[in-house]
Amino acid sequence: MRPSRSHDHREHPLSSLATILPFATSEGEGFHAPTIADFFPAPVLFEGSFLEVNRLQIVRLIAALALVIFMVLVARRARLVPGRSQNVVELLLDFVRVNVAQEILGKERARKYVPLLTTLFFAILAFNLTGVVPLLNIAGTSLIGLPLMLALWVYVMYLGAGIRAQGLGGFLRSNLFPPGVPVFMYVLLTPIEFLTVFVLRPATLALRLMANMVAGHLMLVLTFSATQFFLLEASGAMKVFGALTLVSGIALTLFEVFVAALQAYIFVVLTAVYLNLSVEAEH
Amino acid sequence: MSTAVAAALVAAVEEDHAEAAEGIDLLIPAIYDIVWSIVVLAIIAFAFYRFVLPKFRAVLDERTDLIQGGIKKAESAQAEAQAALERNHAELAEARAEAARIREEARTEGAAIVAEHRQRATVEAERILDTAHKQIEAERQQASVQLRAEVGTLATELASRIVGESLQDEARQSRVVDRFLDELAAEPSRANAGTVQ
Repeated sequence: MRPSRSHDHREHPLSSLATILPFATSEGEGFHAPTIADFFPAPVLFEGSFLEVNRLQIVRLIAALALVIFMVLVARRARLVPGRSQNVVELLLDFVRVNVAQEILGKERARKYVPLLTTLFFAILAFNLTGVVPLLNIAGTSLIGLPLMLALWVYVMYLGAGIRAQGLGGFLRSNLFPPGVPVFMYVLLTPIEFLTVFVLRPATLALRLMANMVAGHLMLVLTFSATQFFLLEASGAMKVFGALTLVSGIALTLFEVFVAALQAYIFVVLTAVYLNLSVEAEH
Repeated sequence: MSTAVAAALVAAVEEDHAEAAEGIDLLIPAIYDIVWSIVVLAIIAFAFYRFVLPKFRAVLDERTDLIQGGIKKAESAQAEAQAALERNHAELAEARAEAARIREEARTEGAAIVAEHRQRATVEAERILDTAHKQIEAERQQASVQLRAEVGTLATELASRIVGESLQDEARQSRVVDRFLDELAAEPSRANAGTVQ
């Protein structure tokens, strides 16, 4: 129930999905098709204020605290000869440091940005994985605010890195007026480059992450609510479809784990690439 | 009837409204969304930047140092072993040279000893020979003296016999006597020496 929101009276396409699908009959409980409303659950605390807490914020807080507590515990017990959990953490740390930072930025420049990339990677991975954790069941990054803040953080970092490395003028010149291009092409290129550097990079970072998580959530809800519908409410032979949707739901869950890791990886790789483009004078 | 329908419709519409959220909402963040995003990111960033990452970096650095230290230690041990081996080789070569030198010395010394002994033996032999010669000479002298004394006696006896007996062979006898006398006269010194001894 979200009466406070003004746009509630408008209809949106996905909420009518239920009426299109053949098995989504209007009778009884029926089939609960996933809708975008899943991402705007009812507030639990401080309704209407800027501190409004709903299910998604709780999921985010749980994910953040779980990540921090786990990492702090592992870091506290970190020894020269690593234990099992330390090994896993070090594997991920090494992965970000070597395969992302050093590969893209080079060994020297990577040192400065390894903390940023590592923090981003772990945070995104944790928030993505809540989408497949039972009871949480929604990715913390599936609501635009978090991806946007992550992208904004990266945005500030790569603009800052570029200005620090080349000066404001140098940074703008090397990014908006790429060298080795005929002068009249700048009419076309400069607006495109401007859009790329100042709008598209952060926007695509945020949207890619959010859209992937939203899509994953919708797919999971679709398969599992269909399974419930087929097994409990459908009649006779239709129940067989329940097995099919259950298996595909399990497969999709595994796929979502993969996507969670992949999106975290893509996010930090692109961050490293943008940082590299900023600090390199010529590209 | 119509009111019931209207009520049902209103209820349905209300339910629909409650469920509804625009697609565009996915792209427009609410204030609380941004606030809580900043809060959770700040929690994570604080923990990572202040504690987790420095701690892991320290552990990794320490491990790197340890491994490098181990490698250095192994290298120094290797170098030490190499030095010891070289020293052993040098000592062995020295010992061999020493042995060869001692052998050579022994050989020359042996040769010298043999030569010395040979010389000493030669000298001894000469001395013995000399002594023998001298002894022989002395004995010969003695025999000569003795003989001479006897020869004198015999000659005297012979002479007396010759003079006393045969007159027939006078001429031959006289020649013998003459020669005898001549010889005696020719060797007075010998006769003297013989008598003296």
